[in-house]
Amino acid sequence: MNSLHFRPPRGDGVAAALFLLPSLIGFSVFYLIPFLLGLYESFTDGSLGGEFVGIGNYADLLHSASFRKAAGNTVIFTAISVPLLIAMSLALAIVLNRPLFLRSWLRTSFILPLVVPVASVVTVWQIFFDWNGTLNAWLHGMGHNRIDWMQSNWSMSIVVVMYIWKNVGYDMILLLAGLQSIPKDYYETASLEGAGRWHRFRHITLVYLTPTLFFVLLISIIHSFKVFRETYLLAGDYPYDRLYMLQHYMNNMFFELDVQKLTAAATLMVACIVVLTSGLLRAERRFRENTE
Amino acid sequence: MNDRPRLSGLILTLLLVALAAAVLFPIGLTLVSSLMSEAEIGLNYDLIGKMVDTANGGQEAFVNLKLLPDWLTLAQYSQVLILSPKFLSMFWNSAGLVVPIVAGQALVGSMAAYAFAKLRFPGRDKLFFVYLMTMLMPFQVTLVPNYLVLHELGLMNRPSAIILPGIFGAFGVFMMRQFMSHIPYALTEAARIDGAGQLTIFARVILPLAKPGLAALTVLLFVDYWNMIEQPLIFLQDAGKQPLSLYLAQINQSARGVGFAASSLYMAPMVLLFLYAESYFVEGIQHSGIKG
Repeated sequence: MNSLHFRPPRGDGVAAALFLLPSLIGFSVFYLIPFLLGLYESFTDGSLGGEFVGIGNYADLLHSASFRKAAGNTVIFTAISVPLLIAMSLALAIVLNRPLFLRSWLRTSFILPLVVPVASVVTVWQIFFDWNGTLNAWLHGMGHNRIDWMQSNWSMSIVVVMYIWKNVGYDMILLLAGLQSIPKDYYETASLEGAGRWHRFRHITLVYLTPTLFFVLLISIIHSFKVFRETYLLAGDYPYDRLYMLQHYMNNMFFELDVQKLTAAATLMVACIVVLTSGLLRAERRFRENTE
Repeated sequence: MNDRPRLSGLILTLLLVALAAAVLFPIGLTLVSSLMSEAEIGLNYDLIGKMVDTANGGQEAFVNLKLLPDWLTLAQYSQVLILSPKFLSMFWNSAGLVVPIVAGQALVGSMAAYAFAKLRFPGRDKLFFVYLMTMLMPFQVTLVPNYLVLHELGLMNRPSAIILPGIFGAFGVFMMRQFMSHIPYALTEAARIDGAGQLTIFARVILPLAKPGLAALTVLLFVDYWNMIEQPLIFLQDAGKQPLSLYLAQINQSARGVGFAASSLYMAPMVLLFLYAESYFVEGIQHSGIKG
């Protein structure tokens, strides 16, 4: 009769504004305005009133040895830990997607670290990786020399292990959901046509899992920027060189009151994340359009 | 007839069980060690962080990994819970920060999410992208301007410095929007034809249908904010107001003897909440997929 009512609602401007208002006010005050202020600060000098200095702060920042070290370490950490994490979660998801004895118990065990506060298990980590720790005791027992795990380049691998321990459940859940959305008859048809196991994995599993993998990649990179908690608890404000990452750098610039370097570093990091995210989202969309 | 798959399945299960045991080990060791006496912990783990001079005739000494206590005692718990009031007061500090944040973000986030998911207004998708971006930023990025804003509002060193930014966090908006966009338009349209206003539709139609989403959000937020370290580290310098996470970072070094019990009590609410609401938790993570 009255077809007007069945059209999706158009122009709910007033209602939308009312529903958004509380969130928008708080969001602006605590996130958006601070970010814009930081952006502004990053282009001014530290004097009162703040004179505009263009990209001067960025030039200083890029010349600073500790910033370079921190940025380099962050990149190395992400480049190592993220592919490892995704490979492990994918393997777990594939295995746990089959009917398996104890399956739901196993799944629960791999997710549990996600909810356990890092602060509460840090002592166990120390028991293992301390200079006098259990790992060195084992090495000693086998007739090897001790390794100073936390004060050598090994320190990063320990944080990598912590990162994987913490996040493997998250990625596994996402990948399991992705796997379960692949229709079973694709596999059956492929099997009937004589496709081998590897062939099925490459041409069915990986292809239909790709949209999920994009998101898993994105969220894993984002999580990798958040290992500050782990490193801070394990190694304090000034950890071994290899562990000194951008978040440490920003934290320390804050306590040294070097607002210019901090805001410039923050702006660069935001720019990287925005480019990365929109790039991944675009790639995902293109991939989906191509397969459909 | 078909022995090979069964055998490989068995081997796979055994491998997975071993892996799960390794993953659960830090949690288990913390729980078990919480039943040891302070003296026994001192005996086994006193060497953590100490330099033993082995070059000058000192003995090769190591931490002694102890899987089972010599005898069980609740001494650590009574020390932590009854004899030193600090732990409990910080436990309540944590609760006092986390409960308002979770409740607030669920409410404010749901309202904004309704506007993003079900209402039409200009600039909607762009604004949502901005929310999404802030959700992905590491905390350190807006450290300085955040500090300035909180200082300007006179909130520094008060619990509100943590609670207010928490309430307006973007994650609640993001997740509830993902959840609500799966609710069919037909339902909201039917209510509209019956003459319901937007507020009624939100409260009577959308919220009841989004209950699983709300439950998932609650669990995820609880875990996230219970573990927070960065925010109170900088915005709550007054030791009397700090949450448990920071207390544990200190106690792990100074009073290891009661650290295990403190850690166990600290992780207990999260682990119990997770075991109780695992399906919501899993569903919540699956819904955080950016598609949709």
